[in-house]
Amino acid sequence: MTTASVSVEKKGVVRSGRRLFMSGDVACAEGALAVGCRFFAGYPITPATEIAEHMALRLPETGGVYIQMEDEIGSMAAVIGASYAGVKAMTATSGPGFSLMMENIGLALMTETPCVIVNVMRGGPSTGQPTMPGQQDVMQARWGSHGDYEIIALAPSSVQEMFDLTVEAFNLAEAYRVPVFILADEIVGHMWERITIPDAESIKIVNRKKPTVSPSNEFAPFKPDEEDLVPPMAVFGEGYHFHATGLTHDERGYPRTESAEAQTKLVQRLCNKIRKNKKKIIRVESAMLEDAEVAVVAYGIAARAALSAIRKARATGIKAGLLRPVTLWPFPEEQVAQVARRVKVIVVPEMNCGQIVREVERAAKETPVIFLPKLGEEPHKPDEILDTIRGRLK
Amino acid sequence: MTEELPHPYEKFLRKDRIPHIWCEGCGNGIILNCFARALDELNIDLNQVVVVSGIGCIGRVSGYTNTDSFHTTHGRPIAFATGVKLANPELKVAVISGDGDLFAIGGNHFIHAARRNLDIQVICANNFIYGMTGGQYGPTTPFDTWTTTTPYGNIEQAFNLVHLAAACGAVYVARWTTLHTRWLTESIKKALQKEGFSFIEVVSQCPELFGRYNKMETAIKMMQWFKETSEVQHFSDPAKAEITPKRIVVGEFVDIEKPSYGRLLREMKARVAKKK
Repeated sequence: MTTASVSVEKKGVVRSGRRLFMSGDVACAEGALAVGCRFFAGYPITPATEIAEHMALRLPETGGVYIQMEDEIGSMAAVIGASYAGVKAMTATSGPGFSLMMENIGLALMTETPCVIVNVMRGGPSTGQPTMPGQQDVMQARWGSHGDYEIIALAPSSVQEMFDLTVEAFNLAEAYRVPVFILADEIVGHMWERITIPDAESIKIVNRKKPTVSPSNEFAPFKPDEEDLVPPMAVFGEGYHFHATGLTHDERGYPRTESAEAQTKLVQRLCNKIRKNKKKIIRVESAMLEDAEVAVVAYGIAARAALSAIRKARATGIKAGLLRPVTLWPFPEEQVAQVARRVKVIVVPEMNCGQIVREVERAAKETPVIFLPKLGEEPHKPDEILDTIRGRLK
Repeated sequence: MTEELPHPYEKFLRKDRIPHIWCEGCGNGIILNCFARALDELNIDLNQVVVVSGIGCIGRVSGYTNTDSFHTTHGRPIAFATGVKLANPELKVAVISGDGDLFAIGGNHFIHAARRNLDIQVICANNFIYGMTGGQYGPTTPFDTWTTTTPYGNIEQAFNLVHLAAACGAVYVARWTTLHTRWLTESIKKALQKEGFSFIEVVSQCPELFGRYNKMETAIKMMQWFKETSEVQHFSDPAKAEITPKRIVVGEFVDIEKPSYGRLLREMKARVAKKK
């Protein structure tokens, strides 16, 4: 594997010693390359296009493949195909493309395909505001494809995290055989910041478990290991002659379209492999929460404004703190509940009309939750959040 | 006691999946048989074959072939196959699916894979209707025929698939009916060895639905239609090969050489590596 820091001095990257200066979208692409992604299928869409452009430039250098598909439906299908051919694969899009991908995101869930889908969120619904930020797709990420399932979604709030969390997204996808979402927003995608790209050796890389049995007529490609509920993954061309389908199937991968038992067993396991491993998956970050009387729960770009507001509040003697879900799905319910028990009020700024706030309310139980919506071109101003904090503590 | 003799193509099938779900008289079994025969005659390493299908009756074919196989969402087998082939060019990737899957919901993927000259083989079982859902009309239903959703006769024009494939850039295009098993097998063999995008349309009988609605309620009657109206015309103009109740032109339409996507991609990667 190439050391990312050696060759990124390309279009869109400025170097300064060990530190680089780049956009979030480019950092995301570099993170993917660093963790071993060698296939990208996508369709141009603002504000995620720069990820595709950078992958088109860099993948051929690393022996990988970039292909621009005819639409996002095809992109997602090609990503699943590449992953089943044994290559780490991803796509990147925004709201309208995310909607089209939902069909095959369901297929990826059902066939337990490790892959990463980046959604650089813009304003919706429909074509909405292509160059403006939004956080309107977080519920779509959770529930957008039909049927019942659990997924993993990560929310970066800086250019550095666009790199780091893309690495983590691939690791989680490989570990749990599940599509993993990066839910970024237009600001995080387009803004330029300083970033440190770690040495290749220090980047943790997780690869999918391989079957330990030899190919045979009895091979069961969807038989999970008891411990983590994840089946080891055979890929095409290894001689296993396995079958995979979007239909409800048994451990052999064979369709079981009329068995209540097969449906229950499969769908419950697909949910449980995430639910039961929640503690290992979920990551939150907190700041100044120890003695806080008011907590702000925020993610993505909104968390940056929140942190600034909290510092200002502290400067005036208000005990405020931040809880930032880095993992949005599975939702860090217990972490929010713990904070809720200690504070008087929770403030949730979000760039939508109220999505994650519902999860926060559910976890917070009796603790009041104030929602601060934001739509349009700007993120929350720290003072808007500060005013709310002040208003509530009077 | 009689000894049970293995079927010569048994090794191409997942025996534990047989009997299949297809109706009596269905043409899908013939297509699967010709595909197995082609693999056998070419002596292809089955470990390197991936069969990809979409949704519909023929979509179940991937579950019956004893190779790596994937049953995708409706209309997406070609897009899925694109990812497989590009990620591992060593694999032979064959898409076997139906007319509705490949040309209605999946039409966009077909035209673009053909345009790219992606190295895959696409075999379309054209039975003129959506069989799995009970016989509704689709993009290849001939004009003025009857289906469950054209109770007053079909007023839509049908796709001429070989013309479409040729226009989109496929390097090999053929059409046969399920009656032309030897020709079909030879075509599949050719397609499997061809560099680039090859397309074979197999006009197939669905006596249960298309047949019943159009006064051909048995496989024999449907195949009689194929027998009486099919004309073998090699390398005739695909534009003039529309299927009508009165005429089914079959044969090879296109067999040309053109650099495939895989080759161009390899060359591009080599150039990039050299530059570095």
